[in-house]
Formats: sequence, C-alpha cells, structure tokens
Amino acid sequence: MTKRLLEGSEALAHAMVAAGCRFFTGYPMTPFTEVLEGMARLLPDVGGSCVNAESELEAIGMAWGAAAAGTRTATGSVGQGLSLMQESLAELSFARVPMVVLNMARGQGDYFQATRGGGHGDYRHIVLAPADLAEAVLLIQQAFHLADLFRNPVMFMGDYYLAHVIEAVDITSADLGTLPAKDWALDGSSSGTGAAKIVSSIMPTKRNAPVYVKYGTYLETGGAKIAALEKGMAPLHEQGWCDDADYVVVAYGTPARIIRYVVGKLRAEGLRVGFFRPITLWPFPAEALRAATRQAAEIGVYELNAGQMIEDVRLSVRDRDAVGIGGISFDDSGFGIAPELTPARVAARIRQAMACLVVEAAA
Amino acid sequence: MSIVDTSLPPSRPARLVDDFSPSLILPGAHKLCAGCGEPAAMRSVVEIIDELGLTNRAVGVFGIGCYTAFSPGMDVEVLQALHGRAPSLATGLKRARPNTIVFTVQGDGDMVNEGLQEVIHTAARGEDVTCIMLNNGVFGETGGHMTATTVIGQRTKNSLEGRSAKKHGYPIRMAEMLAPLEGVAYVARGATNNAGNVFRTRKMLESAFRAQDQGLGFSMVEILTMCPTGWFIATGDAPDYLTDKMASYHKIGVIKDVAADAQANAEELTQG
Repeated sequence: MTKRLLEGSEALAHAMVAAGCRFFTGYPMTPFTEVLEGMARLLPDVGGSCVNAESELEAIGMAWGAAAAGTRTATGSVGQGLSLMQESLAELSFARVPMVVLNMARGQGDYFQATRGGGHGDYRHIVLAPADLAEAVLLIQQAFHLADLFRNPVMFMGDYYLAHVIEAVDITSADLGTLPAKDWALDGSSSGTGAAKIVSSIMPTKRNAPVYVKYGTYLETGGAKIAALEKGMAPLHEQGWCDDADYVVVAYGTPARIIRYVVGKLRAEGLRVGFFRPITLWPFPAEALRAATRQAAEIGVYELNAGQMIEDVRLSVRDRDAVGIGGISFDDSGFGIAPELTPARVAARIRQAMACLVVEAAA
Repeated sequence: MSIVDTSLPPSRPARLVDDFSPSLILPGAHKLCAGCGEPAAMRSVVEIIDELGLTNRAVGVFGIGCYTAFSPGMDVEVLQALHGRAPSLATGLKRARPNTIVFTVQGDGDMVNEGLQEVIHTAARGEDVTCIMLNNGVFGETGGHMTATTVIGQRTKNSLEGRSAKKHGYPIRMAEMLAPLEGVAYVARGATNNAGNVFRTRKMLESAFRAQDQGLGFSMVEILTMCPTGWFIATGDAPDYLTDKMASYHKIGVIKDVAADAQANAEELTQG
C-alpha cells in the first residue's frame, strides 16, 4: 500500500484508470474541469482516449457510443451541464448502456436532479456520494462495476471540496468480483451473420430475433428494471453515536465530513447527538435510517439547499419530525463552499435545534 | 390473351417483395408509404457495404425518423441514437473501436434541425465516420412539417402558404455547409427519384465508405428522397417534384472528394 499526495480530481482520474476506464469525454466547467484535465493526461498512456466535447450534448453522446462498444466509459459535468445531458441520461437507461457519470456538484442544490433525474420516462440511477477522497477512489471504481453489473448509468456525486482538497490516498485497483461478458457490445462482427446485434432504447431486438420484442412490451419492462436495480443494490450508509441519541443529524457528501466532526465534538461535550450519512443517495438507506433514529426525538437534516434530501429522510422515518437545519449556500463564488460549513456555525445550528427539543419535552 | 391453367400448381412459387431485397435487409423491414424514397436509399447503403466487403465491420447509428424502421430491420449492427445525436455516438464508437466502419442514418429534421452542431463538430474533427442524410425536406414521421431544408415555396402543415424567406428564413444546403471544413474528405448529394440518380448515389456511397476505410476523414452523403405523403402530392408526381422543386435548390453532384482531387493532381504532375 503506497499513499500518494494528490488533489481530489487527479486522484479520481487515477482511480478511474485503475478501474479500467478507457474512454472519457467532457466539457470544462468548475469543479469538473480538473477531472477532465486528469483524464486527458492519463488516458493516452494506457491506450485510452479522452475527447474534448464541444458541449455536454456531444460529451454524453460520445460516451454513449464508446460505452455501446463495450469500453468502460465515463463523462460528467456539474449540475448545469448535467441539465443539458438529461435527455440522454434517461435514454441510456432504456438502452441499457452502462457508464459512470460524474456529478461534481456546486453546493448541494442538485440532489433532486441526481436522485430523481431530470429526464423523461421511468428510470433510476444508482447515486454514490463519498465524504472524502479515500472513500471516493473506492466508490468510483465500484461505480464502474455496478454500471456493468446492472447495465445502467451510475452517478458519482462529488463537489468542489472533493475536487480540490489535497489528501494522501492509496489508489490500487479494487477487486470487485467477476462480471458477465459484454456479449451485447457492438463491434460490427455480428453484421451479416443473421443475428446482428442492436443497442436501442426503443427496439431491444432485431425483427428476426427468436423473440421479437415490440416497443410497448419493452416500455412495460421499465418498472421491473427499476425494481431489480433497487433490490440488487444494497444501500450504503455510515452512522455514529446513534444508539442513545435524542437527536440525529443527517448529511451527505463532503459537507457530511465536517458535520461528522462537529457531532463528535458535541458528543465529547456530553450532548446526546448522533450522525447518519447516506452513501448511496439512490437507493436511499431508508431502513438503516429508520433503525438508527428509532429512539431520537427529532432528526435534523443538514444540507446546503432549500430542502431536498429531507424528502427522502421523511419518507424513511415517517412518524418522526425531520427538520432542515442547513440552508442554501450564500457563498458568492457559486461553488457552494463555506460559510455554512464552518464548524462553529454547524455546531450552533445543532445546539439551537437540540435546545428546542428540551423546551418541547418540558412542555 | 393466354389463359393461365389453375388446375395445376404454379411452375414456380409466388415471389414477394422480400425475395427481391438484399440479404442485409430483413423480411418485413418496413411499412413505409408507397412512393417513399427512403427504402431505395437504405437498400443502396447496405448493398454498397456488402459489395465493398465491409459487412462484418459495419455498425449503423440511427437517428429518429421514418427510416428508423430499418433500425431493427437490417442484418447490420445498430446503435439507436436520440434525435440529432447520431454523429456524437458514431464518434465515441469509432474512437473506442477504430476498426469498425461506422455510418449514421439521419433525416433532414434529425441532422439539420435538431443536431446541426453535432454533425458540424464531427466533420470538423475529421472523424472517420460516414454520415448519411436522407433529405425529403419535411418531417415525414410527424406528418409533413417544415424542416431547415424545406425549399422556398413548399407547402407544409406549418407553412401552409408555402415557405417564405421573410417569415421562415432560408433553407440550409447541408452538404455545401460541411464541404469547406478541413476534416471533411468526401461530400456528395444524390437522390433516389430515378434509376440514374440511384446509380449515381451508389457511386457516392462507395466513395464515402472507401474514404472512411482509408482513414481519410469525415464523409457525408446527402440523399434527396421522395415523400409524397408529406408533400401532399400524388405518389406518381413525387419523382418529378423532387427534380423540379428540391434538386433545383439542393443540387445533385459530388461537392468534395479529397481522394479524387489528390489523384487528379498526381496525374497532372506525372503528365507535366
């Protein structure tokens, strides 16, 4: 095990190459830009290809073509660029084309976009949201594995902190088990054989296939596909100090790393506060959250938006109050960093919320 | 007039349209309108691929239009794209598998309206792919609406008085727009309205696929096709309508051929 001191974006690029990613494409946009730079630097040396897309539309299209050829492929952007890609992100699920999509978000305003999707029709994407670089370099490798396993795009959710913080990380190729061969992938070799392959979001089979599947029949399988995805993917989470907590703070992504630190400090002071972090934003770790908060009087959701993940928290706990204690970042850079995440401010919000708890209990 | 003897079985079995289809077109491939110019174009594409011996390397990337019927209807590998996006998918596929022969099939609505920037950037990058544009000057699948190539004066469901430059702007000559880009090796415009034009179009397709196979850069063949349904004219009038109205604006011919130019230059040098 050798640790290297790397900036987050560069570490992600190294981890993607270690995962076997050989095609990458994207359009520069902060904080996604440095990931693109890293891939442009690394991929030629391993026989891969990184293409500068003229817009996010070309990026997702090129990624689609490379992934359909069976190549491990990734692209991405930030929320704004991903808005442009939504039509394809939906359609890629219907066409069963696996790829990893990096969502290097600005702040946390794109939770709905990532977990609900902005595209058309019935589809879902697994969404992985690491809290630090050590976790990120493993999760992004797992993202490729899951994409291939389920033949579905997998979203990796990073942010400005993850992209730019420099940390010592160990990047070794993770052994995640074997996968079925990509016998569906295109290379032209089945043309003219009487059994030419087709990768399509609307026509899953050729007319002469043993079982010719029509469009309506294929659309109808969408529900079963989502169910299989949800059943096949065990939600991931991290929790701490929840067993006797009166109050549990739920947070995700790199902000959760800061909030975890603050909760630990408050614990040390004797406050009965717990911490819960969903790692998979979809499927959401609902059962684990329900169990972790069973004894809590209230749940605080610390997210840097007007209240998005709180809907998933409420769907998970149902009978308990969940209250938003974060808020939209007023950081002028637009990248959603600080000042909401200064430990003192986070601590003050948690203390305030817990003080109200006591008042309610007395009343 | 001889009377057919029906007391005996026929001397040879009855033959259906599929018996005359090339092997790469699957039986029942389409139910397109009578008089449609697209099946002849699709047939020409697969026949040329077959004749050039490129079949077991060929992948077609389909856009969305009436011709999408051929996406599951050909014995050729197909990647189905979203409307307008086929050139980008073709780019990714070709970059990932450089040994493939990749072609897109798009209509004028797909390539010129929805996906104009995709095809221009793909051409400018000089990707070794062949883009085929079936240009009938209307959105045929939606029932005859104006596209960016609809000629001035043409009546469509959303240009009822005929396309007017003042109201709707001017049509785009797609092949001519791509030709000046340095990444482009071959551009031509053919048509399927008569046997002579089908023959010319087949030659164009042959040159385009050869250019791709030799790695010369981007190639594009625009094929004018009849759409009597979307033009609201009698089926039998469509071939002449194409000649008179469409081909007078979107002129048939080879617009750029880098390989032929190089050969001509070489011959000139030898002779000089």
